[in-house]
Amino acid sequence: MTARALSSPLLTIEHLTMRFGGLTAVNDVSFTVGRGDITALIGPNGAGKTTLFNCITGFYKPAQGRLALAREGLAQAENVDALTKSGRRHNGVIYLLERMPDFEITRDAHVARTFQNIRLFSGMTVLENLVVAQHNILMRASGLSLLGLVGWPSFRAAEKAAIEKASFWLDKIGLMDRADDPAGALPYGAQRRLEIARAMCTDPVLLCLDEPAAGLNPRESAELNDLLLSIRAELGTSILLIEHDMSVVMKISDHVVVLDYGKLIADGTPDDIRNDPRVIAAYLGVEDTDEAAEVLA
Amino acid sequence: MENFLQQLINGVTLGAIYGLIAIGYTMVFGIIGMVNFAHGDVFMLSAFIALIIYLAMTQILGVTSLGLVFLIVLVCAMALTALWNWAIERVAYRPLRGSFRLAPLISAIGMSIFLANFVQVVQGPRNKPVPPMFTDVIHVTSGGAFDVTLSYKQILIVGVTGVLLLAFWYLVQKTALGRAQRACEQDRTMAALLGVDVDRTISLTFIIGAALAAVAGTLYMMYYGVVNFSDGFTPGVKAFTAAVLGGIGSLPGAVIGGLLIGLIETFWSAYFSSDYKDVAAFSILVITLIFMPSGLLGRPEVEKV
Repeated sequence: MTARALSSPLLTIEHLTMRFGGLTAVNDVSFTVGRGDITALIGPNGAGKTTLFNCITGFYKPAQGRLALAREGLAQAENVDALTKSGRRHNGVIYLLERMPDFEITRDAHVARTFQNIRLFSGMTVLENLVVAQHNILMRASGLSLLGLVGWPSFRAAEKAAIEKASFWLDKIGLMDRADDPAGALPYGAQRRLEIARAMCTDPVLLCLDEPAAGLNPRESAELNDLLLSIRAELGTSILLIEHDMSVVMKISDHVVVLDYGKLIADGTPDDIRNDPRVIAAYLGVEDTDEAAEVLA
Repeated sequence: MENFLQQLINGVTLGAIYGLIAIGYTMVFGIIGMVNFAHGDVFMLSAFIALIIYLAMTQILGVTSLGLVFLIVLVCAMALTALWNWAIERVAYRPLRGSFRLAPLISAIGMSIFLANFVQVVQGPRNKPVPPMFTDVIHVTSGGAFDVTLSYKQILIVGVTGVLLLAFWYLVQKTALGRAQRACEQDRTMAALLGVDVDRTISLTFIIGAALAAVAGTLYMMYYGVVNFSDGFTPGVKAFTAAVLGGIGSLPGAVIGGLLIGLIETFWSAYFSSDYKDVAAFSILVITLIFMPSGLLGRPEVEKV
């Protein structure tokens, strides 16, 4: 740990290890994601960043380790330990993500994610993509959709609220006029923004973005920065992102975590990271420290 | 002319039944990419369930209002068949979900054989006669070579099918469950990451498919007046043909395909030979697969890159 005082942790990752056969993709990694922080996860290709994401969102079951998410307040170590011993998945405040299946991580622990490649429902409309993300609220309000068939009032009210929330996000990402177009017909940059908006429609406390700036031009990249900063400022959502675009990482993140060959090699503020010799070495080999410093600058 | 009109009426009635079954095939294929070969036997099972409830109501409980009996039979058959299909999915398909592609298909064929044999053992191998009901007919034309008739049964079949298809269309297009189904069709992983319980959505798909098959089963039993344990196979495969013709995975396609197969089969029987009506229906399957593999309304399969 660095000298930087971290805000109270939202997600505490302890001794996380993920193996594929003989390959250890993530090796005993521990760090925390601060509440209300933008945390960047960086590292060379194959460092295990996406694998770590996949463990957080229930895609993989880690071989070892604990992923404790505290929805609110400060997670006391003894409470987390008591929950771990009890064998339960959560106690309503603390959620042990490694024990939960993928849809429960989104539905109950409120962790949302996007992928490196775009995975919109391209055959559905832009609006429908945002409403699908509010599935659980709507299912509850409509009694598994049966009440929806007869136009039950609670279903109508929930449907209206869902569309209002979707409209809020459409307005925010500037796609209001494309609401009824198929999502697959949008330009690339707009699809990226729509993916983030869709993830936000699940009401996440933690938003995990896997290379959100990949393939964006500098202007779109700057817009993305603004979008992420405004999400954090207006909704207080904590963000964890994997990113290679250093202009994004260094500008918006409060906290940077560096992985290399599955191991955590640095953890601190962007300034700490920029000057960390291990990071420079990991990025461009031990000799070229000056050149690496330029990349990270 | 009279002949044509009469066959049109008969064909649409038969097509409505095929369409209801075809929806079950196409929905399951859409969501998990599997042809559920047991679906025809689920349909047959539902006809037996409907018959048993009908007999229990009229002969043991002595209910005389035929409309009420029909409504209760329909609802109970839908519920019980849905329960069966839910259990089938749980036992025979869900454990194989992570397995190789053919595994659930083989399991479905096994389930089909199991269901047919189960009904044969518990109900016997002979045809079960169904007491006639809704026997009144309307004479559409008279004075020609023969009277064109439209029976109450046929009106009931087309009416019930139409109402259910509308409700079903609304469910798929406008409700949370339908949206979740369409999302799962496109990308199951992503749907799960948005909080959609994919396993439950698949279960509900089987339940809805079975409920629609049960409507078809009840109507079929009533229309033909006889049920047999082997009745699942031929209508099942014809409904599958309908689903392929309409474009498997497409819901309007299944209905249109069902109607077309019903009409083709009826007109073939009327104008050529009723012995070869199955040949006609299955030739359509072959021709569709050769010349139009994605069907009338299906989307061509695009590999994800």
